[in-house]
Amino acid sequence: MSQPADPADYKLHQPLLARRTSKRWLISAILTTAIVALPVLSVLYLAFFPEENIWPHLVNTTLPRYLTTTFELMVGVIAITLAVGVSSAWLITMCDFPGRRFFEWAMLLPFAVPAYVIAYVYTNLLDYAGPVQIALRELFGWTSAQDYWFPEIRSLGGATVMIGLVLYPYVYLLARAAFLEQSPSLFSVSRSLGHSALSTFFRVVLPIARPAIAVGLSLVLMETLNDFGTVDFFAVQTLTAGLFDTWMNMGNLGGAAQIATTMLSFVVILVTLERYSRRKQSQFATRDNREPIQRFTLSRKRQWFCVIVCALPFLLGFVIPALSLAYYAWEYFDESWNPTFLQNTLNSLLLSGTAALTTLLIGVTLAYSRRLHNTQGMQVLMRLSSLGYAMPGAVLAVGVIIPLAGFDNWLDDWMRQLFGISTGLLLSGSTFALVFAYTVRFLAVSAGSVESALQKITPSMDMASRSLGHSPGGTLIRVHLPMLRGTLLTAALVVFVDCMKELPATLILRPFNFDTLATYVYQFASDEQLAHSALPALIIVMAGIVPIILMSRSIGNTRSVA
Amino acid sequence: MQIKHVAAALAVASALPLSAHGADEVNIYSYRQANLLQPLLNAFTEETGIETNVVFAKNGLAERLEREGRNSPADVVMTVDISRLNDLVERGLTQPLENDVLEQNIPENLRHPEGKWYALTTRGRMIYASVDRVADGEITSYEELADPKWEGRICTRSGKHPYNIALFSSMIAHHGEEEAQAWLAGLQNNLARKPQGGDRDQIKAIAEGVCDLSIGNSYYYGKMLADESQRPAAEQVRIVFPNAEGRGTHINISGIALTNSSPNRENAIKLMEFLSQEKAQQIYAEANTEYPANPDIQPSGIVASWGEMHPDSLSLQQIAENREAAVRMVDRVDYDN
Repeated sequence: MSQPADPADYKLHQPLLARRTSKRWLISAILTTAIVALPVLSVLYLAFFPEENIWPHLVNTTLPRYLTTTFELMVGVIAITLAVGVSSAWLITMCDFPGRRFFEWAMLLPFAVPAYVIAYVYTNLLDYAGPVQIALRELFGWTSAQDYWFPEIRSLGGATVMIGLVLYPYVYLLARAAFLEQSPSLFSVSRSLGHSALSTFFRVVLPIARPAIAVGLSLVLMETLNDFGTVDFFAVQTLTAGLFDTWMNMGNLGGAAQIATTMLSFVVILVTLERYSRRKQSQFATRDNREPIQRFTLSRKRQWFCVIVCALPFLLGFVIPALSLAYYAWEYFDESWNPTFLQNTLNSLLLSGTAALTTLLIGVTLAYSRRLHNTQGMQVLMRLSSLGYAMPGAVLAVGVIIPLAGFDNWLDDWMRQLFGISTGLLLSGSTFALVFAYTVRFLAVSAGSVESALQKITPSMDMASRSLGHSPGGTLIRVHLPMLRGTLLTAALVVFVDCMKELPATLILRPFNFDTLATYVYQFASDEQLAHSALPALIIVMAGIVPIILMSRSIGNTRSVA
Repeated sequence: MQIKHVAAALAVASALPLSAHGADEVNIYSYRQANLLQPLLNAFTEETGIETNVVFAKNGLAERLEREGRNSPADVVMTVDISRLNDLVERGLTQPLENDVLEQNIPENLRHPEGKWYALTTRGRMIYASVDRVADGEITSYEELADPKWEGRICTRSGKHPYNIALFSSMIAHHGEEEAQAWLAGLQNNLARKPQGGDRDQIKAIAEGVCDLSIGNSYYYGKMLADESQRPAAEQVRIVFPNAEGRGTHINISGIALTNSSPNRENAIKLMEFLSQEKAQQIYAEANTEYPANPDIQPSGIVASWGEMHPDSLSLQQIAENREAAVRMVDRVDYDN
């Protein structure tokens, strides 16, 4: 039973709801966060016990370069993802050009290509012994590498382009959703006040879409920062390279944890700054979804421009890698198509599916608890539960082992003392450890999108439902979840695709004789035999396509278009 | 929210193979790719009926073993590079093993004094030289790599790679830190390009004319010769045994260690014995073109055709102990820049 609320009194709704809500949501949110935060906290704990202080040596030698390289890589990737993601999203939303409907979903496809796979593929294509340089040499009669200049793919520039190509879909996805949600009348008003289309874009459209784009960029940033496969392969010396050097070569896990923590703090500071900088900007859901978007009709020349803007990243980020994998997969098909391959495919699908659902469930719990109890504390909990995303996978894996093995051994001790039975390792070294690791890693993706979607549902919905006698849980199931169907689907699918690609944590945590497609591909690719694992690599990419198409449709459905 | 579906998926996932449980098995944590081990493990299972279970990862397995503690399922750790084996020993994760078969098959300098690890193969860190552009005998030692006459003519992989670190450790052991650093700076000065790629990539770079000299492990060259698509590149390159006239060529090992917590100790010991014996040592020699640790087994025909290797007698333990000094030296010289 809710007290009658004055409709003008929206700002007071949160405490009102909280007062009438049992503590069970709050407590489950706290418990969930506590469990999910354990791996990150374990890494923080490690950071307090380094073998020795690594910083004086680092500062005197390689740290400045690690920092510069990391900074350059991040700026480059942000520039690429921002330029490609935002411009294509805007053109596809607002302009009519040939292939527009196709690009609507096709722009997302590079998301399905793991960064390490695209790096291997382009190295195969572009290095000296690859088809491109062979063709050039034949064409011009060159005989050795001394005769001509060719851009070095294994470089900072190469890594920036590779990572940018597979990560821009994050920005595209969120920017497009934001553009679709904007009321077209805002655009018309700006135009009628004398602004050009371009000026309107920068003064009205972009500022309104900024929160969404910022979320996309922060995902890009975190993925870039914790990428190891690509930078290692390209010999690009980022902070991650320093982290692994400290860990593996100096045997200083604590020091490595300190570097990881530093990187984590950097991300947290950046995200906080972004939020702070738009603290005074508040947006209200004044949109009307039934008002259709009037797309621009463009001149022929401009239409071609749109096609090129969209086709280029799609070709480079998806078509070329996929075709090249398909070629090798075909050549080595008989060798690759075996029971192991099928088992690995099944492993990948089941694991990723389970992890996507778990992550969604926890994401909804956290986001809804925050809606019910909108306190500073809840905000901190939300942020804390998302930190796993900003940590290199291998480091996070060690963070996962610590609490799981700790629990296993504690339980084992206890059972031995009490009943004389040994339970051994129950959780660590099992598929549970993998699902747990994926959840910790990708919770940021699902919790974040559910949270932002929930915020857009007006609190009067909750009030109506609650005053009609529904419990908070009942309200969630009958009111919110049906409204959030599109968001939930998207969140689950993004996590699914991410899990299919996940490599470093899977390698360390998996059970005996257990491979996913990603670990199987890595085993060959790391031995310079990509061709032998092209089929599983192709399957990772293909498995991403279906979810991506579904995802794109669920976004497109949010608005009818004239 | 369709809770039923979630529950069903969770149930399916928990039915995935958790860990293989059976009486006759041995569990392996491996830093080497599982497909490299498979022929050896298949031969082992065929002979003994003992099943093998493997987890392969490039890092993190020692941490996993450590945290799993006495309940860890792992029986043995298989790895390359002496420093990695030494890490396991220093963390107290391995147990000493006195065993007649192993002690007979593996020479004393290739095993831990208390049997906390045993080498299975050795590999020399060779100089690769261009057949066309480097005359026979023009380079004969690691020291000469720092000679300014090679300026802009040498390629290597990252100075931080364990194989290079081990070589640099041995330079520190022989010349002291100061002299070794001067040598490394000289070598860096001679580089034709920023260190990158693996050892095979350096052979390719010589074939492509990017550089004339490189350093790399013996078996990469052997494996490239054996692979039809890579043979043309390898044929552009000659292998030189460095310091053959003097202290000998720097070697590193791949090896195996029995874990402290090994639940299937007897089977693990059988595996270790098997890997030191003729059949397994021959597979290592033939399929992987490594030098067998067991002196009774000859290297493969290809490897033997390069001539006899005279290994540096420096103790592996000392190489492991100099690792950190070598890493810091690489940073100070800024080798990878």
